[in-house]
Formats: sequence, C-alpha cells, structure tokens
Amino acid sequence: MIVADKKPIEEIIEEIRDKKRVLVLGCNECVTVCEAGGKKEVGVLSSALRMYFLKNSTETRIEEKTLERQCDHEYLEEIRDIVDQYDAVVSLACGVGVQFMAEKYHATPVYPGVNTCFLGATEERGLWTERCQACGDCILAHTGGICPVSRCAKRVLNGPCGGATNGKCEISKETDCAWHLIIERLKALGRLDDYEKISSVKDWSTDRAGGPRKILREDVQ
Amino acid sequence: MGCMEGDCHFNSGNFRARKRIEQAQKILETIGIGGQRAQMYNLSSSEGPLFAQIAFEMYEKIKEMGPNPIKMVKKKAA
Amino acid sequence: MELKTSSRLEKILAAGHLAVTSECGPPRGSDPDVITKKANMIKDHVDAINITDNQTAVTRMCSLAACIRLKLMGLDPILQMVTRDRNRIALQSDILGAASFDINNILCLSGDHQSFGDCAQGQNVHDIDSMQLIQTVRHMRDQGKFLGGDDIKRPPRMFVGAAANPFADPFEIRVPRLAKKIAVGVEFIQTQCIYNLDKFEEWMRLARERGLLERVYILAGITPMKNAGMARYMKNRVPGMEVPDELVKRLAGVPKKEQAKEGIKIGIESIQRLKEVQGLSGFHIMAIEWEEKVPEIAESAGLYPRPNID
Repeated sequence: MIVADKKPIEEIIEEIRDKKRVLVLGCNECVTVCEAGGKKEVGVLSSALRMYFLKNSTETRIEEKTLERQCDHEYLEEIRDIVDQYDAVVSLACGVGVQFMAEKYHATPVYPGVNTCFLGATEERGLWTERCQACGDCILAHTGGICPVSRCAKRVLNGPCGGATNGKCEISKETDCAWHLIIERLKALGRLDDYEKISSVKDWSTDRAGGPRKILREDVQ
Repeated sequence: MGCMEGDCHFNSGNFRARKRIEQAQKILETIGIGGQRAQMYNLSSSEGPLFAQIAFEMYEKIKEMGPNPIKMVKKKAA
Repeated sequence: MELKTSSRLEKILAAGHLAVTSECGPPRGSDPDVITKKANMIKDHVDAINITDNQTAVTRMCSLAACIRLKLMGLDPILQMVTRDRNRIALQSDILGAASFDINNILCLSGDHQSFGDCAQGQNVHDIDSMQLIQTVRHMRDQGKFLGGDDIKRPPRMFVGAAANPFADPFEIRVPRLAKKIAVGVEFIQTQCIYNLDKFEEWMRLARERGLLERVYILAGITPMKNAGMARYMKNRVPGMEVPDELVKRLAGVPKKEQAKEGIKIGIESIQRLKEVQGLSGFHIMAIEWEEKVPEIAESAGLYPRPNID
C-alpha cells in the first residue's frame, strides 16, 4: 500500500493561518492503515488546530470529514455540495488524493497534511517498510521475490556491491542488504545457480524516467 | 493514571497510554498550550493516598503554569 | 592471450610479468599540480596509475580530467568510473572522451553511496551497475557500437578492469561473483586491500579450481598501515574490510614512532608471501596520501625496476 507519515503540524498551520474556514479531509484506505490520515488522525489534527487558533484569537473554523478514498471520482463527488463553504482543504490523503482534489475542485486551495513516502507493507504495528518502486517492469521472478530496485540503495541488478557487511547495507546497520536476502532466498529455493545469470541493463522508460505514466484498459472501458 | 507497569489487567493498555500521553504532550507543546499539562503516572488501584498526592502535585504544577491560554483568550473576548 | 589494446598494463601482464599499479586521488579543487606531484612520486615504480572517481562520494576533480593530465605527462592512467553519478549516456560519452586521449585502461565500479560524502542530499543515478558497465565497455570496444546500437567512429580500445573483494560477505558467492564479472568481459581485477592472507589464498585457490585464473589477471591490493589506530579503524569502521587481530597487536606492540615503519614492513612481507600464490598477476599498492612510500615498498618487495617491454 501507499505509506505516508503525518506532516509536522507547524507546516500545516503555516499554510492555513490566513484562512477562515478549513476542511480537514481524511481517507479511509492506505493512510488509515498506516495511521497517518484516517478518521482518527483527522480528529486529532482538527482538535490541535482548533486549540491553536483559539489560543491565537484567530477566527479560523476547522471542520472534519473522511472519505472512503480520494483517488476515485465517485467518492470525491460526495463533497461537491459543501466544498464551496471552505476557503481551504487540508487533505490527509496521499499525494494522489491531494492532487485529485485539486483537479476536481479547481477553485479550492488544497494542502497536503501528510508526506507520501513509499509503497510498502506493515511489518508490525507501527513499522512500515518500502518494498516497491513501481518501475513498471517487474523482475521479481528472477530475484526470488525480493526486489533489488526498491530494496538495494544502489539498485544494482547484479549484486551485491562491495559495501555490504554482515548482511547489512553500507548505508545503515538497520538496512538489510537486498542481495544478501536474494541469495538466502535463492539458496532456500535451491536456485543458487541462478546467481550467475547476468541481468542486462534495465529499461527505465517504464519507470519515472520515462515521464508520467498511464495505463489504458480499453477492455474495461 | 495507569496501573504499575507489568500489572495491567489488559496487558499493555498502560504502555499504550504512556505513549499516547507522550504524543499529546508533543502536540500541546507545538501549538503553544504547554506539554506539561498532560502527565502519566503509574500506581495500583489500592494506593489511595498516593493517588491523592499525585492529584495534589498536578494541581500545584498547573497552578504554577497558569490557566490554559485558550481560557485566557476566551476571557479577554468576553 | 592476444593483445586487445595498446595498454602498457595489458602488455606487461600478457608477457607474464608481475604488474604493479598504484593510485592517486584528485584534489578537492582545480590545481593540476596536486596530481602531477603525486604521479611523479610513483611513476617509475608502477605500470599504470589509478585515478579515483569521487571516492567515498566526496566531490573532487573528475577522474577523466586527472587521467588526461597523466596522459599528457606520458604516463599510463587507469580511469576509475563509478555508476553512481552518471547515466549510460554520460558513461559512454566519458569513455569516448577518455579514448580520444588514448587513455586505455578503465576500472568499472558501483561507487560508495552518496550518504558517505559531501552531497548526502543528492540523487544517485545507478542507471546501469558495475557489471553492466564492464559489458558496455567491451561492447563499445569489440563490437564498435553504442548501447543504443549505432556504430562508433573510432571505438575505444580500453583494457577493462573491475574490483573484487574476497573479504565481503557472504564468502560463498565471492568466487561466483568473480566468475560473473569474467563472463561479462572483465580482463583484470584489483582486489580490496588484503590483510588476511590465508583467506585471500583460499579465494585464489577456489578461483583457480574453477579455471578462472586463466581468463583474468588478478592484482592483489596492498595498503600499508600508518599506525595501530588506522588498523583498528579499518578493522571496525570500514565495510568489507578484514583485519586480523594479530596485525593490530603487532602494530600496537611497537612504539608509536616505529609503527609506520612496521606497517610498511608488513606490507612488504605480504607482497613477498603473495608473490608465491599460483595465478597471481601483480599488485595494486594503495597508499592514499602516503604516495611517497610506494617506491620504497616496490623496491623492498623486489618489484623494481619495472620491466622494459617496448
């Protein structure tokens, strides 16, 4: 899922301090699972903002709502009748939701309330780690199901590099060396011979490098 | 107030509570209300006198910090 | 083996001599004299000189410019090239730039992560990895083509090298990794500096058993210790480095002002022992900011004068 983290409240205050009526808009999907932008976080943020503005005698009204998703037209439509009452929206959705809001409600300023960080999984409560870089051309079949593009700091496709120590990456003792993991996995699968297969240069045109990406499925249109 | 660490009837409710109080303290500090207005104490349900003592300590602390800034603003406005 | 380039290093190795290489780090500025001074200190004792490429991700004068300066002095540089900072267009482009000055040795590396250096907030590139870079240089040289498929006018004629670290883990893939580099076309290897001679000899033995030493020239990396503190630092703080306890003890057991001499002595002893290793083709003496010791080490280890192969 998309993993995000709350933005510092000072940053949010800075953006909306001159607004009179603000809607804090949460999302019930990824940001709820990573406890950054769901109904609960909307509540906490709104409370804190109200207290701040009250203390500073500012006439800013904060209201709350949480949508099922902010990346689908049908859910964003739900606020069509009320959006004009606000002079700003603080969206706690991921970057996608924030932008979809901006596109849909052209005349309403929208500010991000979270930093969208990566595609990842919940390793345990409170710990999310990156797994995918959305390169657009998945090579997991060749690396035992472990991705060197997202989990190797140098995205080497014929690893490991010379810097790994005790199975950890040179950048941090807490970061696993992806190639160490791949080798262990190939061993477990009885496929260590695959290690010597040469990965040829990657086609990065399906990655960010190729420009903003799009998928069109005419069969479902 | 939470039970002594290790004695929670719900196993870890008091640990979670402590972490949430710490979060609340950070937020209150950032928005200028004062992080010290929220505190976590651990004691057992049988320690009545200790409870009273803690309550009094907190009262003294808050008196020293002064009224909630929001209250002051509301008073001024009135 | 038939010569593929006009590289002096290749000639010496092909003739069966023990080759000697060393390295110079470019300055953190634009003063060319830094490079010329260092090079002059070692030029008569080595067959080729590596120029590092923004080593430890610290921004320095580029390797290519420093290599050109060496070439203009009539010396033989080895262009170190990391894949951290340049995409495939820039890599091929710099290779052609080097080839236009007839720089004929290249060492293909990944490069230390930028978080170690002075621009930790920068992007890294890693468009291709070091193995793919070896493949690319060979492709440009032997097929005379760019990666994109077009023909290269006056293709580069470079002798292609890479690094190897017999001490990185896991040990079980160290020889397969060497085999992989040979499969993609590497022609010479410079190893990480060696202090655990037993382990290095074991790695060489395994490589020899697989027939790999008939297909690649291995140069053993030697770095003299300046003092016990340096030994301890390298033991504990440098990734992929193995420094035996006995070595630290030996250095620490000598008075501080004698430790440098002892470090040099250990380096010379290592070379003398490794000379006997079957299939070893030479030595890569790395004495960063201590270049003045290279002549002494080479002479005491019996590697001077350099063979005349012209």
